[in-house]
Amino acid sequence: MTTPHLGQTMSWEFKEGVVELRLHRTPCNEIGSKSLDELEAFSRYLQSLDSSAHAVLIYSDLKCGFCAGADLRELYQRSQAMATSDAAKGVREFLERIHSALNIIDASPLTTIAAVNGVVFGGGFELALACDLIVADKTARFAFPELRLGLIPGFGGIPRLKRDISNAVVRDLLLTGRSFNATKAQQIGLASQVVAEGEVLRAARATAAQIAKFDRGTSATAKQFIKPIPHEELRREIDIFCELFSRPAVQAGLKKFVESKDAQPYLP
Amino acid sequence: MPTAEKTLDEILDLASAHFKVSREKLSPDDDFFKALGIDSLQTLDLLTKLENHFHVELPDYELQGVTDFRTLAGKIQARL
Repeated sequence: MTTPHLGQTMSWEFKEGVVELRLHRTPCNEIGSKSLDELEAFSRYLQSLDSSAHAVLIYSDLKCGFCAGADLRELYQRSQAMATSDAAKGVREFLERIHSALNIIDASPLTTIAAVNGVVFGGGFELALACDLIVADKTARFAFPELRLGLIPGFGGIPRLKRDISNAVVRDLLLTGRSFNATKAQQIGLASQVVAEGEVLRAARATAAQIAKFDRGTSATAKQFIKPIPHEELRREIDIFCELFSRPAVQAGLKKFVESKDAQPYLP
Repeated sequence: MPTAEKTLDEILDLASAHFKVSREKLSPDDDFFKALGIDSLQTLDLLTKLENHFHVELPDYELQGVTDFRTLAGKIQARL
């Protein structure tokens, strides 16, 4: 067992062959610059692991949910504080960094499991999609609400969602921006298991223990064979996001979100 | 198929139990945000509970502008 890493937004621990990444940034694990720094550190750590590791488990310590997505308040405040061209450059850099971290998780030779509860929105949904398996608590609710802001998912969500489910369902989710529950997630093949509230970590750990029975090299080879990384589409997604970000509708959408009196304005 | 009144009663019971607000304090035409003391995130939580209970799927954009239990019940009833 190695020494646990305690971060400000997330922490990780390696125990009995499983790396557990615990998300714990209040209010709901929004992904901002600090989260990105720590996610990058985590992805580097993953790459350093030896053959004693066989699975990665990502979960949230917060009742509100797995992750509510990008930190829109930080994004808005930073983009307001700089010239448009600098903001655009900053956004592209952020996207390239997070894509790099998520690509490492996606391509890891270890089997990766997202144990999700509550809100699994936007960037949070994208983090879950980078994993091999999603185990969902009955409270889990998934959405790509980016169109509400005049954007598309920018952390790799569209190529990864297309990889996993039918295009018709992708169109429904993306073009309506609606959220859907864990039962629906399982029906469309997104969630491999749905468990009672509060049981998701236990179920995910049981899944990791099952995975430990198999030869790690064989698992890694099988995973590489069946799970392609859509590199070209991922790069194209960054370009489209950056192009959309420059439009006035986006700043208006961000402003509306940030100025909402609702502490967490998640209804469409 | 349950009647609209039964659906409404079940919603009030569920909301009361889930958010620990006395059932007597909830009435059909109450603003559920205020009556339950919830925000939009918690409303989605309520939506999940209702979908699982009634075995329906209700797009959350149908909740736009819906603030009272009676109208919410109508939305659920339309999916039964």
